[in-house]
Amino acid sequence: MFNVERWQEIFEAIAKNKLRTFLTGISVASGIFILVILLGVGKGLQNGISKQFERDADGIIEVWSGTTTKEYKGLNPGRQIQFRNSDYNISVQKFGDQLEKKASTYNFWNGLISYGKESGNYQYRGVYPDYIVIENGTIIKGRFINNSDLINNEKVAVIGLKIKQDLFKDKEALGEQIAINNINFKIVGVFTDPAGEREETRAYLPITTTQRAFGGGDKISNLFYILHKKDTYEEALAESTKFSKELNQLLKSKNVVAPDDESAISVHNSVENAKQFYDLNLYIRLFFWWVGICTIIAGVVGVSNIMLIIVKERTKEIGIRKALGASPLSIIGMILHESIFITSISGFVGLLASLSLLELVGPQVKSEYFLNPEVDFSVAITTLVLLVLAGAIAGFFPAYRAAKIKPIVALRDE
Amino acid sequence: MIEIKDLHKSYKMGSSELHVLKGINFNIKEGELVAIMGSSGSGKSTLLNILGILDEADSGNYILDNVPIKNLNETIASKYRNQFLGFVFQSFNLINYKSALDNVAMPLYYQGIKRKERNEIAMNFLEKVGLSSHSHHLPNELSGGQKQRVAIARALASNPKVLLADEPTGALDTKTSYEVMELIQGINDEGKTILIVTHEPDIAAMCKRNVVLKDGLIIDDKLVEQVRASAYV
Repeated sequence: MFNVERWQEIFEAIAKNKLRTFLTGISVASGIFILVILLGVGKGLQNGISKQFERDADGIIEVWSGTTTKEYKGLNPGRQIQFRNSDYNISVQKFGDQLEKKASTYNFWNGLISYGKESGNYQYRGVYPDYIVIENGTIIKGRFINNSDLINNEKVAVIGLKIKQDLFKDKEALGEQIAINNINFKIVGVFTDPAGEREETRAYLPITTTQRAFGGGDKISNLFYILHKKDTYEEALAESTKFSKELNQLLKSKNVVAPDDESAISVHNSVENAKQFYDLNLYIRLFFWWVGICTIIAGVVGVSNIMLIIVKERTKEIGIRKALGASPLSIIGMILHESIFITSISGFVGLLASLSLLELVGPQVKSEYFLNPEVDFSVAITTLVLLVLAGAIAGFFPAYRAAKIKPIVALRDE
Repeated sequence: MIEIKDLHKSYKMGSSELHVLKGINFNIKEGELVAIMGSSGSGKSTLLNILGILDEADSGNYILDNVPIKNLNETIASKYRNQFLGFVFQSFNLINYKSALDNVAMPLYYQGIKRKERNEIAMNFLEKVGLSSHSHHLPNELSGGQKQRVAIARALASNPKVLLADEPTGALDTKTSYEVMELIQGINDEGKTILIVTHEPDIAAMCKRNVVLKDGLIIDDKLVEQVRASAYV
């Protein structure tokens, strides 16, 4: 490989056979190009479809508290368990790496919300920014609660579509002040919820503001978590089951609750419902793997074909070289060396071209079912190596045969 | 230099077998210029291919410069070809994408000689055949006679023991043929052993010894009075 003389010999052969080199290069480069584009499109479709379905798919883990039913460590049953900010913080601290989304809420089931002369009784909750995802809501106007609202204790509210219709009719609600139990909040957003009116009769406030304004101190009502996505449903289920168990233990020991007292603290895990999504995702991935493998096979066949033709074309040259004293090994070495060199270079060119095309065009495509058509660089490199290897193997056999041909046969005039 | 004893060779042609060489015996001493003659199908090219280790005999002995040539694997065969033999073909067999100089340097590449040195040696041999001015021409930019001279320079470049020429003038007109023969005679005068396969009597007359093959047997082997090609040029 590091024989300078052979490199010179090969560069000379390449330089003097521009058409042959060009055609080989083009076919390898286009093979890689098509393959990478296909993989990218596959990934884009997968991302898009995932996006469409993932909302139903999130396994939400939810924690409720109630009253104890068992005596534990000298504490009598019938004790009301109240979560506090520290419960939320300790869980985030411990499981932070596993969490995709997290929130705690401070709930009020009934409050008088009024705007001008209109008023009604509605629920209101102090929440974290991630809560909109957990509720599966969609902002139709303005924005949801954000981190700076929390930090600055902003008196802002995001109201459900039903409240907006009740209080504002056709008027614009954004920027207006409403009173919740006589405390003024500015409306910064309106949301809808697929669960319907029941959920749209809520107002969401920053949890910090809620705790302050309504005398909550550091009390919280519920805890919510969504874990990172996994490749398969089985993994997701295993992970969330483990997480639920550990979270359960953590909160129970912190609040001095018997480990088997499910009515004092209970952890609900909805990942079980996510199986459909994971199944769909699996099918999409299988499909594109299948397409990818077929494309690779097509590429390998193409490269092999070219190698066969090249060796055939060079039979006479090989005969001459052998008559002049080239050993079979040096013939095989020369052909493979040249082919690996050309396929690597042109494969890399095809790779770069396709990656930059994906990079440029990908973000321009606006479709609900198509998102981020990216290709894992290591996958692309692996494919390239595979093709070069396949080309080498495909080139080896005709080269081996050519090296075996008696020079007298190779030199015979047609 | 070359000793051959009871050489047999046959080819399979479908179901039938064609017995091409039926027991050839002859010796060639160093410095000889031998013409192997015969009509087509007499087995002369087959004999030359066996002598050139391009083909292998079915039976019999072949000793080249005291080295028995028998049951060689391809790697050793190629090494012997490179060290002992230089080939000149009827159809020149130059590599068409390489310049005259690079073609001549090719056997030296397979001897592992470095580029600079092999180009120097190759240039010397091109000068010897009178083509130093054409060293960077590609084969298709050369005339037939020039191509054959490049091929002769290539055959000589590795300093072989024996030069084997298969109808070296077969593709050339008479005048060019004599020029090439003049060159070959000059090389022989310097002491190189040369074998030429030809069916042209005038070419054979320019050698020192004529061996005539017919139906796979030597029917005549005589020394001849060499006609100098320079007389015609």
